[in-house]
Amino acid sequence: MSASVGVLALQGDYEAHAKALARCGASPLEIRRVAQLDGLAGLVIPGGESTTLLNLMRDEPWFEALRAFDARGGSVFGTCAGAILVSREVRHPAQDSLALLDATIERNAYGRQVDSFETELAVAGLAAPLGVAFIRAPRFVALGPGVEVLATHADAPVLVREGRVVAATFHPEITGADGLHAWWLRTLS
Amino acid sequence: MTDSIGTLRLKTGLAEMLKGGVIMDVTNAEQAKIAEDAGACAVMALERVPSDIRKDGGVARMTDPRIIEQIMETVSIPVMAKCRIGHFTEARVLEAMGVDYIDESEVLTPADEEFHVDKHAFTVPFVCGCRNLGEALRRIGEGAAMIRTKGEAGTGNVVEAVRHMRALMSGIKRLTILGPEELMTEAKNLGAPYELVRMVARDGKLPVPNFSAGGIATPADAALMRALGAEANFVGSGIFKSQNPAKVAKAIVRATTHWQDAKIVLEVSKDLGEPMKGLEIGSIPENERLQGRGW
Repeated sequence: MSASVGVLALQGDYEAHAKALARCGASPLEIRRVAQLDGLAGLVIPGGESTTLLNLMRDEPWFEALRAFDARGGSVFGTCAGAILVSREVRHPAQDSLALLDATIERNAYGRQVDSFETELAVAGLAAPLGVAFIRAPRFVALGPGVEVLATHADAPVLVREGRVVAATFHPEITGADGLHAWWLRTLS
Repeated sequence: MTDSIGTLRLKTGLAEMLKGGVIMDVTNAEQAKIAEDAGACAVMALERVPSDIRKDGGVARMTDPRIIEQIMETVSIPVMAKCRIGHFTEARVLEAMGVDYIDESEVLTPADEEFHVDKHAFTVPFVCGCRNLGEALRRIGEGAAMIRTKGEAGTGNVVEAVRHMRALMSGIKRLTILGPEELMTEAKNLGAPYELVRMVARDGKLPVPNFSAGGIATPADAALMRALGAEANFVGSGIFKSQNPAKVAKAIVRATTHWQDAKIVLEVSKDLGEPMKGLEIGSIPENERLQGRGW
């Protein structure tokens, strides 16, 4: 049986992630309450608005629960807003975060929507390049020594991993390029 | 590969990121901050909310760019703004400012009674209103990357948004049970592009995100629209025309996320103070209804 995975479904493109995971053979759950984290091996924190997610996460002890999830060996895969939420420090503007990843990240670092772009990335460990979208994307501006860079764009790290925490500043979930989701699922089993 | 900008995937992609959220009408930086702090996933920068536009009468145009700029400087979430139907120059101005989404909106006085903006020609994405499937597919055919119901803006009365969402969803369901030979006639009857009709018949959904707008005033309204198929909600006058905007805004955000959980909708519905008064649709003369603008 494959590992049990969920997608945080408070706001954002959780449905696109769930579809990508389903195409890779998983049966992802939509997670809206803290109690639903029990029994999960992995959780995707999707793209969306990080301020909205943070706001909704204050209604329940999400911070404690997700740190405990991480501590007990659960894997968190954050994309865009999700990458912002897992980073240790957030800039532009400064805001709270889960601090599961030893990284500093800057929000909306590429500009506004008219500056959003699609590109292809070479990802360490994946045979084929990955077609992805950067949408009002953040940028990692500093990484701790334990953080591994798995992909870069224009010399900036865009996909990183520290232990079981994976963070992408782009969206692999809206282009139909499922290589990264399949890879993440493999790391869980 | 060189990077590409302004693709349909990037345009619908931003709409994907807004799903499950609430986009709030705001008229100044202070309101924008209240909206962001309440959990709005985006704001719509306006000079007047629709209920005031309705009350004041006269010609409603694109908002003064200075006001939009101040809102863009204040919040970190996406900022949308409205242009008049067919007014592609207002749209170019908004694009030049860097707004994140343009609403080609029936809330403003139309600039062109025959033609909508060619939205394919822009890098910035557009959202457009609809009353039914045919109208939705015409706008998508012109390049809209997000569809919302028109409802009847500025009334605080959800009945028209419900009517339009139900018409849209039943139109979509109908396509899925038609045979391939029936689709051309259906396209003709809908006044919609054939290729889009085929796409909807195959997928059972619109090719772009489908949001709701036009009359949502309470958390229960917001949850209702989600249940009827809206992937996110626009809320206009319902927030800043209520007695307690910050609290109503926060409650509508919760109800939009937890629409399937009546206990949460119950909790957030308590003690919100006076909602906006609201208007009975029958009391608005046909020619003053905003939903009739555009085709």
